Amino acid sequence: MQLVKYLRGASLTLLATLLLSGCDTVVMSPSGDVALQQRDLLVWATVLMLLVIVPVIVLTLWFAWRYRESNTEATYKPEWTHSTVLELVIWSVPLMIIIALGAMTWVSTHKLDPYRPLDRIDAQTPVPVGLEPLTVEVVALDWKWLFIYPEQGIATVNELAAPVDHPIRFKITASTMMNSFFIPALAGQIYAMAGMETKLHGVINEPGVYKGFSANYSGAGYSQMKFDFHGLSEADFDAWVAKAKASGNALDRETYLELEAPSIDDPVTLYSQVDPTLYHAIFNRCVAPGQTCMEDMMYHSGMGQHGGHHGEADTGHEGHGKHEGHAGHDQHGGQHD
Amino acid sequence: MFENLDLTKLIFGRLTWDAIPFHDPIILGTFAVVAVGGIALLAALTRYKLWGYLWNEWFTTIDHKKIGIMYIILGLVMLLRGFADAIMMRLHQAMAFGDSTGYLPPHHYDQIFTAHGVIMIFFVAMPLVTGIMNYLIPLQIGTRDVAFPFLNNFSFWMTTGGAVLMMVSLFIGEFAKTGWLAYPPLSGILQSPGVGVDYYIWALQIAGVGTLLSGVNLLVTIVKMRAPGMSLMKMPVFTWTSLCTNVLIVAAFPVLTAVLAMLSMDRYLDTAFFTNDLGGNAMMYVNLIWIWGHPEVYILILPVFGIFSEIVAPYSRKPLFGYTSMVYATVVITVLSYLVWLHHFFTMGSGASVNSFFGITTMIISIPTGAKIFNWLFTMFRGRIKFDVPMLWTVGFMVTFVIGGMTGVLLAVPPVDFVLHNSLFLIAHFHNVIIGGVLFGLFAGITYWFPKATGYKLDEFWGKMSFWFWLIGFYFAFMPLYVLGLMGVTRRVSHFEDQSLQIWFQIAALGAFLIAIGIAAFIIQLVVSFLRRESLQDETGDPWDGRTLEWSTSSPPPPYNFAFTPQVHDLDAWWQMKQHGFQRPESGFIPIHMPKGTWAGIVLSGISVVVGFALIWHMWLLAGVSFVALIGTAIYHTFDYDRDYYIPAEEVERIEAERTRKLANV
Repeated sequence: MQLVKYLRGASLTLLATLLLSGCDTVVMSPSGDVALQQRDLLVWATVLMLLVIVPVIVLTLWFAWRYRESNTEATYKPEWTHSTVLELVIWSVPLMIIIALGAMTWVSTHKLDPYRPLDRIDAQTPVPVGLEPLTVEVVALDWKWLFIYPEQGIATVNELAAPVDHPIRFKITASTMMNSFFIPALAGQIYAMAGMETKLHGVINEPGVYKGFSANYSGAGYSQMKFDFHGLSEADFDAWVAKAKASGNALDRETYLELEAPSIDDPVTLYSQVDPTLYHAIFNRCVAPGQTCMEDMMYHSGMGQHGGHHGEADTGHEGHGKHEGHAGHDQHGGQHD
Repeated sequence: MFENLDLTKLIFGRLTWDAIPFHDPIILGTFAVVAVGGIALLAALTRYKLWGYLWNEWFTTIDHKKIGIMYIILGLVMLLRGFADAIMMRLHQAMAFGDSTGYLPPHHYDQIFTAHGVIMIFFVAMPLVTGIMNYLIPLQIGTRDVAFPFLNNFSFWMTTGGAVLMMVSLFIGEFAKTGWLAYPPLSGILQSPGVGVDYYIWALQIAGVGTLLSGVNLLVTIVKMRAPGMSLMKMPVFTWTSLCTNVLIVAAFPVLTAVLAMLSMDRYLDTAFFTNDLGGNAMMYVNLIWIWGHPEVYILILPVFGIFSEIVAPYSRKPLFGYTSMVYATVVITVLSYLVWLHHFFTMGSGASVNSFFGITTMIISIPTGAKIFNWLFTMFRGRIKFDVPMLWTVGFMVTFVIGGMTGVLLAVPPVDFVLHNSLFLIAHFHNVIIGGVLFGLFAGITYWFPKATGYKLDEFWGKMSFWFWLIGFYFAFMPLYVLGLMGVTRRVSHFEDQSLQIWFQIAALGAFLIAIGIAAFIIQLVVSFLRRESLQDETGDPWDGRTLEWSTSSPPPPYNFAFTPQVHDLDAWWQMKQHGFQRPESGFIPIHMPKGTWAGIVLSGISVVVGFALIWHMWLLAGVSFVALIGTAIYHTFDYDRDYYIPAEEVERIEAERTRKLANV
């Protein structure tokens, strides 16, 4: 058993080194606090499981060698089939590891729930009192990304920027296909689905340019559905917003409907202003004139008045986009499935 | 459809000459090779007058052993197609960097990864697993055939029908470009108006009929037809795992049928189950398909766990360690496999408590699975291990599978899944368990039971070559994908910018070539063994000193399997019989009642393929006519009362006397 212990120690060290030192592996060395916690969880879960995996591999190879047919010196017990003690061990050791891992899972899943607003900037810094997260509304289009900054009143295609050490709140939907919004350096991914809204919270801790893309296959332009995510200082971020403001492009419903048409490998585009109700209309699927918004459809059918308000719904609910706490607002969100 | 009746349209639907991919040299080349090969095969069959033999002895057979072998042949043939897709993808991804776009246009690449997944799961792994179950279950439980012999033939042909439709899509039209589970809205009629998704739907629906009926058949067989004395806890482990697998098939496959039916209604009848608009919801499809999809994984792996259990004992010259805990582990896995489906889409935003629940149930599965690994380990402990090819696969499996198990549990931690979902880490994980588990087990099983089916063993040298190339090839092909996953690379991408990734894809491509050599070695092994069958012959019927009833018969077993139904007194029935000096009865034979072969299975399946093809191409006239023909033929067949015959006692006596003579020579 001395050998086993030695091998276990050695392989643990080796694996930890491999995992932790992989500098070009973005998942193992991210730049955002959420992704960093996810990385740590990955490492700890791996180490915990290696407690049983490594002995199994070593024992398999050792038994295979030790009890080979030609080794007549090894003990041979042709009728031995049962041992209560061993049975207890082989069921209880994995059980204990899974209890530990299960507890880790429960706690971390709640703590790292993408819907949960952040309470820290990094391991040392809690979110300062009064610091509101930056809101970005994300729309996965075929096959490009639209980012709307409602607070700044700007929008971009295929380029995302955020100030360093400032919590970001993403509200995510899609025009048609099911995509997945993923910036590995920042935080884990979440699906972008039409007619639904998902949410993600994250914070970037180091300035830099990071890769973002769709992580869920969505058809012809999927491989090109990428964007750069810029982590900027507050000053640089303001300059970036100013640049967008200066672009002179406006994103209204008509422009959006043109943009929504399928296209591949679109250039980065900045919009100086954006229709404030656009995002809400996108995820309620009523951007085009004359379409009934989904929330109204559900409301009306619930009231037995299905189809009664075609055409006017569009104008009647312009204001909903701003009512964060509106009861019907989250009705279509992915978290309620 | 009636307002302006266009005859061409009514007959040919949307099928035109454009559907034949003349413009694509790769497909055209493949077609040429397949056509030449096919014509050569047909010519050879005609030249050697084999049609009658094939029709009477194989195509129309209801003998579970021959059907089992046909399933395995189907699986191996489709493995070549599925692997061709794999190596094309590996080559393409190794090339498509920066300015190079690789050699596959995206629309072709997208079809290839879809086809690869569909073929490998439905038309390779499933037929191979079903084939081995079909062959072995009646032999292991000491009965003469399955419960419903005709249904068995019909099931096989329906599975084959699905495979045929799948192959047709290569040359006429296109296959789905949606990924192997065809998530809407991408697979909806708005986003995928072509015939690809329809090929997907009908190939799987037709094959699904076969799978479901074969599940019912084998389930009833195990429950009702065990030899006297074989209580549940005296069943061989393989039969136990097959029992659980068929429970899973019967419970899970109707869900697949239903979800695909809803998808086809969305596509054909403008319903709105999974659409973006009109209240449809794609998340429902994703849930439903995984409610089938996750048990499906266990449908594949459980029988293979059984195979390893059957192999590890005789090669360690010991009974299996912890039979009871093995059985309970299998049952626990069966139940739990229904409670984990959501782990395939933690990233859909189900909230922390739901995600944690499904993450933890997933982890719990690793406990019984771990117990199984330990049981095999302690079967080897203090044994006398003979490293024949099946045992090499087993040890290769134990080492490889635990790595895949570990990465699987990692992916079950929701926050970890958020960074690894849909990445190449995931691809590496499931190939790690499907190749390192299912495929290794199938090769082990084929090698182990080959002499039972054919009467001669497989060649050792080429078997070992195949094993080592597969094993090393697997590590080269998939370990780089784990690394790439950690580098944030996702699946199904057809072009890359970052040159630093290329080396990993090149190593993976090298691995795929090593696996290609492994497959070639396996085929050579079959040929060499056939040529050397005289010297590899097994006269005893029990070449490995086996423990279960299949080894008590001759190799290959007579059509009736057992002249007398065996009496079972203990676990490892044949071992006990050998220990107690069992004497084969050599007289007192009686006529044996047997089911007769029938044309109905292959004909019904053939018509089903026509129905499917007509529906895919919107050939409404043909669809209507062939559907009526299908129902009519099925009804006509019910009036066929000439379904059984007796093997006369003299014939049984002759066969058994021959066996007595052979055994005396050993």
